[in-house]
Amino acid sequence: MIPPAFDYTRPTSVDEAVRALADAGEGEDAKVLAGGQSLLPLLRLRLAFPELVVDVGRIPELRGVREDGDTLAIGAMTTHHDVVRDPLVRRHAGLLAAATATVADPAVRHRGTLGGSLAHADPAGDLPAVVLALNGELIAQGPHGRRTIAARDFFVDYLQSALEPDELLVEVRVPKSDGWGFHYEKFHRVAQAYAIVGVAALVRRDDGRIAEARVGLTNMGATPLRAAAAEEALAGAADAQAIARASDAAAEGTRPAQDVSASAEYREHLARVLTQRAVLAASGMG
Amino acid sequence: MTHISVKVDGTTYQDEVEPRLLLIHYLRDRLGLSGTPIGCDTSNCGACTVELDGVSVKSCSVLAVQADGGEVTTVEGLAEDGELSALQRAFHEKHALQCGYCTPGMLMAARDLLRENPHPSADEIRHGLEGNLCRCTGYQNIVRAVQAASEQEVPA
Repeated sequence: MIPPAFDYTRPTSVDEAVRALADAGEGEDAKVLAGGQSLLPLLRLRLAFPELVVDVGRIPELRGVREDGDTLAIGAMTTHHDVVRDPLVRRHAGLLAAATATVADPAVRHRGTLGGSLAHADPAGDLPAVVLALNGELIAQGPHGRRTIAARDFFVDYLQSALEPDELLVEVRVPKSDGWGFHYEKFHRVAQAYAIVGVAALVRRDDGRIAEARVGLTNMGATPLRAAAAEEALAGAADAQAIARASDAAAEGTRPAQDVSASAEYREHLARVLTQRAVLAASGMG
Repeated sequence: MTHISVKVDGTTYQDEVEPRLLLIHYLRDRLGLSGTPIGCDTSNCGACTVELDGVSVKSCSVLAVQADGGEVTTVEGLAEDGELSALQRAFHEKHALQCGYCTPGMLMAARDLLRENPHPSADEIRHGLEGNLCRCTGYQNIVRAVQAASEQEVPA
């Protein structure tokens, strides 16, 4: 199918991109094109009708990974393919590398970007829950400079982020999680399908027990969520039985959708089971 | 209209295109390179996979303007001087196709896989081709063909 017509601009710097978004103003519906792996399907299906598409694919400053003290700073336009292979990401944010390797398929990972998938804010996307579990921060640049948005404040509603229309997501910052066990457990119908439910688990162990667990949930509501009750219950768990008991709280406070893939009740069941599996794997107690 | 310059299968083309034109439509309708089919139109099936700047992409999910300045290889660019590539020959010899609709995409995805991982296991081949659907073969012979090609000295 053929996308609707739109105007197109391809800035070569962040400043220029932000200016293009700001110039579009309130009157014109502008959309940022990153890798296009979410936006182009939406355009083809005529579910989106932007008047202006701002292609940020040729802005070198938006790509790449660098260390900044205890934090990894990942350019918003770094592709999934590059994230998976990046030595810094693998060493300091293993959860992100592991989860990104499960996104769609190799051809999509060549084009799709970390920033694009976060700004798209699809609760069925894998990376929002991962960045939420990592306590990540998102850096947005607008006409008046940069601001930092915590991942927990970034995902506002279904397909809605906290970005203003004239802001561009430029960087994703995740604290290094060296020494934490991690696992992303994804339940999907076929290899490249969206997660029906996914669970991102990070576990810090101390003296044979779970000292701290962080659990991010994919597709358990209109936004990615943290399984706060399960996280609390997991603290102190010293064996597989304790993890199983604590994981029973994983669906508390969630509001999963019912759709063609699963009922809400089934998703709640999956959240409990997958949390148990993810935490067992992340803790090494499985 | 936006001006683009794209090298496709060794030939450079200069064109004025609408920004909304998908790469697959550019290849098929403007350049007449209909060797790359359109399958699902929802970026699931991988039939339209081509190579853009050295990596596999689904050409139904790339705009022609995004390929501006880039280099595209389609299935039509794999054979050299009328000689099938080692990978194409392996698909032929192992009977890795029935209806053939998925084959151009399978070849391009398999080529990408072998570049990253020249000697993949059967399991790695299945994962590497997860973005490409075949409704005829049950994949067995496709996996065999990629394995056979990986044992050749000649690059895929």
